[in-house]
Order: sequence, then C-alpha cells, then structure tokens
Amino acid sequence: MATLTRTRTTTPDSHAFETRPYDLVKEFVIALAVVAVLTTVLAAVFSSPDDKAITMQRWAAAAPDDVVATAVGELAGTTTSATYGAPYNHASEGQKLLGLPLQKWGGVRIPVDSQELVLQPLSGFAGDPRLAASLQLWRSASPQQQQTWATSYADALAKAGGNPAAVPVGGYGPVPLLASSFLQLARTGGLEGSLTSSGNFYGGDQTRTMLLLADGAYLEDQAVAQHLGGDQWGMMNETGNYPGQPWMWLYTFWYQVKPFSTSPNADAQVWALMMALTLVLALLPWIPGLRSIPRWIPVHRLVWRQWYRAHPRA
Amino acid sequence: MTAGQVPAPGPAPTRSWTASLRTRITGVLPPGQALPDRQPAYVASWIYVFGVLSLAALVVVIGTGLVLSMGGVAWWHDSSLGHFVNSLHLWSVEIFFAAMVIHLWGKFWMAAWRGKRGLTWVTGVVAFVTSIGTAFTGYLSQSNFDSQWIGSEGKDGINSLGAGAWFNVLNPGQMLMWHIVLLPLAVGFIVVVHVVLVRRHGVVPPLDAAEPGAPVSRTEAD
Repeated sequence: MATLTRTRTTTPDSHAFETRPYDLVKEFVIALAVVAVLTTVLAAVFSSPDDKAITMQRWAAAAPDDVVATAVGELAGTTTSATYGAPYNHASEGQKLLGLPLQKWGGVRIPVDSQELVLQPLSGFAGDPRLAASLQLWRSASPQQQQTWATSYADALAKAGGNPAAVPVGGYGPVPLLASSFLQLARTGGLEGSLTSSGNFYGGDQTRTMLLLADGAYLEDQAVAQHLGGDQWGMMNETGNYPGQPWMWLYTFWYQVKPFSTSPNADAQVWALMMALTLVLALLPWIPGLRSIPRWIPVHRLVWRQWYRAHPRA
Repeated sequence: MTAGQVPAPGPAPTRSWTASLRTRITGVLPPGQALPDRQPAYVASWIYVFGVLSLAALVVVIGTGLVLSMGGVAWWHDSSLGHFVNSLHLWSVEIFFAAMVIHLWGKFWMAAWRGKRGLTWVTGVVAFVTSIGTAFTGYLSQSNFDSQWIGSEGKDGINSLGAGAWFNVLNPGQMLMWHIVLLPLAVGFIVVVHVVLVRRHGVVPPLDAAEPGAPVSRTEAD
C-alpha cells in the first residue's frame, strides 16, 4: 500500500526511471544540419547590414557647421569628452552609484586632452603660415585667454545659428582660423588616422577619434534616424530591418522609464540593477518563492503531459 | 632499445598523475552517461530539442567566425564572399540566442535545477551572459557605423563603473581580441562544464514524480 510522507524528499535519480532508446549523436548531427541549412537560407535571403563607418571627411561634407562647432567646443573645453571625467580626464566626478563615485575610482588611465583633439592634427598640417602663426599664438596664450577666446567665439557661433560666415568680427583670437583650418583639414581627408595611437604606424586604437566624432551632433543624428537612440530602445535595434539584439530587451527597457530615463547616473544604476538581476537569475534555485513559480504555474504539465497522463497523481 | 622492439612489461604504477586524472574523469562522467543510447521515458517534448539546438548553433557560430577571421577585419566589407560569410555568422548568432532563450525558459518552467542540479542552472546562466558579452564585442569589431554608435553609447555604461580603462570599447583592436579569443574561450569552457553537468546528473524528472518502486511521497523540495 502506498504511503504518503511529508518529509522533504530529494528529487529522484533520473537513472532510476524506465528508459527508451535514444541516439544522442544522431540528434546532434540532425540539429547541426538543420541550423546550418536555416542559417544559409536566412543569410542568402536577408544578407547582413553593413552601413559604412562615418569618416571625418564625410562628417565635414555633410555637416561642416557641426565640425566647426565641435572644434571650438574642444578648444573651449565644453564638449562631452572635455567634461567627461575618468578614464579620460579629471574634469568631473563622473557617474555615481549610491553616492559612490565608481567612475572616478577607476582613475584617469586613458588621458585625453580635448584641445589636442584639434591642435594635434593641425600641428601636422604644414605649409600654411597663417595657421602656423595661429597655433603659435594659441599655445603662447594663458589658459584664461584661451578660454575667453574660445568661449566668445562659441557664443557668437550660437547666435549666428552655427554659421561661421555669419559671425561678426570680434575678439576671438586665433580660434576662427583654427576652427576653419580644422574643417578644411577634415574636408581633405587629412583628419583620417591623425588621432589614432599617437603616431603609431599601426594605429589600432580609435578612442580619441571616436570621442571627437561623438562630441559632434552628426553621429547621434544619424543614429536617431536609424532608430538607434537610447530612448528609442536603440540597444535592441540594428541598422536596417534586421532582428538586431532582442536579448538586450530588459537592459534597454530600464532606460525608457523613470527614474533611469531622467537620471544623470542612469548608466551606473542600470548596470548595477542588471548585475543584481543576473545574480538573482543565477541563484534562482536557492531563492524561496521564486524557485516555486514553476510549481504554481504548471507549464511543466505541458512538457511532461505524456508522463502525467500515465502517472496520475494519487 | 632499437626500433621495433617492444618494451618489457613492468608493474603498472599504482598512483601516477595520469591514472589519477583518468580515475577522476571517469568518476565525474562515466562513459555510459557521457554518450547515452537510452534516456528516461519521460523525456518526450520538443522543448528538449532547444538545448541541443543551442549547441549546434554555437558550432556554426564558431565555424563561420573562424572563416571570417581568416579574411581579416576588412574582408567582409569589400568582398561579396566575405559579406556572405558575415551574414552566415550573423544569422547563426540569431538562431543561437533564440534557441538559448527558449531553452532557458523551458528549463525554468521545468524547475530543472531540482535534484542537485543548481550548478547546471548557474553555468547555463553564465553561458548566456558571457554570450551576450561576446555578441556585444562582435558588434564593436565590425568596424562600421554600428560599431561607432554602439561603442559611443556602450562606453558610458562601462566607464560609469570605472572599468573602461581595462575594457575600452573605443579600441577596436582590443575588442576584436575579446571577441575572437577571450570571450569565445570563456563561452566554450562554461558550455563544456554545463554539458558535462547535464550528462552527469541526467535530465530532471517531472515535478512530483516518485522514483519507480519507491513509496509515494510528496516532493516539497524545489
């Protein structure tokens, strides 16, 4: 006679149950063939996206005013990278998590001087005496003087709707010429590669080039037009009509809702939250309540319906 | 000893490192469990296919990735063959993630961590998370507009925790190494551990199933 015990029993050993023939290797080979064929069909029909990288030359051709404004911003120290903080500079404390300045604690390990993003490429642009004189004037001026020149010109540019040609004459020092030379250099393709790896022939590090490009508005404008913006669930999307990265849905979700969507520390908060949730997912077998959800919502009766049919509960 | 001579038989070493390792391996996973030709009768659902599908897709991902790596970073931009191989790589990754997510959900509803299978669940979650990191660095290695934008956005998250100096998403050379060496090794290792654990413990029995021949008991442990 069967007895009912309420002891906390262990799950029975799977090897104790009746078995039936099964070919593990055959199953894997069939799965491999199915995936290979499906992959080939999908690749042949849908291909893959490959929007070309934005070059500095393309940036200058498409948005010259943005290039000028960005160059002036780098000289004035007002761009995103100029005010970023670690790991590029000490300009701010960076993001915090529960009041802890984790970003600052990481240290300035990839030093980036925003002015040099403009001045270094221009310094290698030989053969223009006016530019050489302007560079000399800039470098011999005090930081306060540099700040005054660049900020005055940035303000004048803003008043002129971003159009350098509409800026009235003023006390901007060498800044207008430096900015227009920078645009000229970008137009010729001379900016390409000039910031990678500090003169290393094999320039494989695009950190400074990318910071410069991202300081302008053009990159983000292109991304938003492709529905890749942070507030457009952009982390799940890909250029064109491709599935992208749907596995990022939860990470992307938090950026769409308050308090994260309006928080200056959103990145740190969302990362921490996702790490905590990942830990919960990993440790789920040991979390009371959560581990019982499959028992409360009996989806398992669908999975093992044949077995339950043959072995009805007492 | 000249060529062709057979060494004289000697006493077998009782405790060599080799013998210990062999004993350890066969102790963890006996040959009959590693490649079984029978399975419990309760294993009868399509949901079981998705674990094997994940593994098969991973093989295709790695295979297409190997071919891509032979052509160099610019090959798939300027060659129709390279672009097609890249398309194979993309779609095998999409299938890999789809199969893995369905597998994960299936195992959740089966409470597949029961019966001392907690570590199997943990290794599965770690494999999933590490795969996300691998896919992320793959997008950064494409050296196209996607890479620029994802790098520009992604740096803020990693920098916010102070880790950007060691994992610089704006350095494509570094990201390529993470994508084709470090993270695939990590995914490969954790998947091997996961599969070994699955084979060692067998497939979890149905909820509330009593061991055949044993008195009926109510299983309260999850």
